Amino acid sequence: MSAAALTLPDAEYLVELRFPAQASRMVLVRDVVRSAARLCGFDETATHDIVLAVGEACQNVILHAYEGRGDGPILLDILESPDRMILRVTDFGPAVAPAVLQPRDLGELRPGGLGTYFIQNVMDTTDFGRSPGGVGNVLQMSKKKDPST
Amino acid sequence: MSDTVREVNGNLVVRLAGEIDLDRAPEVRRLLLDSVKRSLDVLVDLSAVTYIDSSGIASLVEALQWAKRRGTDLCLIAVSPEALRVFELARLDKVFAIHPDMNAALAAGN
Repeated sequence: MSAAALTLPDAEYLVELRFPAQASRMVLVRDVVRSAARLCGFDETATHDIVLAVGEACQNVILHAYEGRGDGPILLDILESPDRMILRVTDFGPAVAPAVLQPRDLGELRPGGLGTYFIQNVMDTTDFGRSPGGVGNVLQMSKKKDPST
Repeated sequence: MSDTVREVNGNLVVRLAGEIDLDRAPEVRRLLLDSVKRSLDVLVDLSAVTYIDSSGIASLVEALQWAKRRGTDLCLIAVSPEALRVFELARLDKVFAIHPDMNAALAAGN
């Protein structure tokens, strides 16, 4: 993803969070995302789905970018534009190969590997790449307020 | 709210509660696998689960696989709307036997 892809001229910042890449912090992060989604006017199912997507994205950072060390930061930017909510998850770990985050075939019954599948299926757009500064990874996701548009 | 295990009519009812995420999945996994190892049919009550993600789902899938290997059943009962949404997204609502409540599960032979 290019730096230009992260420019969102018509979007307004709702909140910016910085927290350690630790699973124990996720309950707090989910509460913030839940409140932000409701503020944007999403119904309870869409709100649940947005919370799930952010949770899975942060889980990928904890497990893959920082490999469970828990000492790196995660940045979560939440923005709102007239027609959608935008969520951007940034880490400062080594590059994660996109293949690591590929969704798996659902026909195969095995534990694990569902996180990226959930993200791609509940959000309208997902863009993964290196951060504009060249350090870390960025996942930017958005969800339309009106799914029929 | 805490997770509980009790025996009902020769089955184990495992009641999970709260938010099951990467932080809690290891303890849930241990509880489920310990229950499956008792070689009884296991009914997992998800009525009090308010959030579950891929790590929680992975624990349930692993427990189901262990139950199948041991020749016992593992089913889900009273699945909360939040948990059901995730099972549907993963298309696991067709893989797990899901019953509206414990009586329905017992009547179905679980």
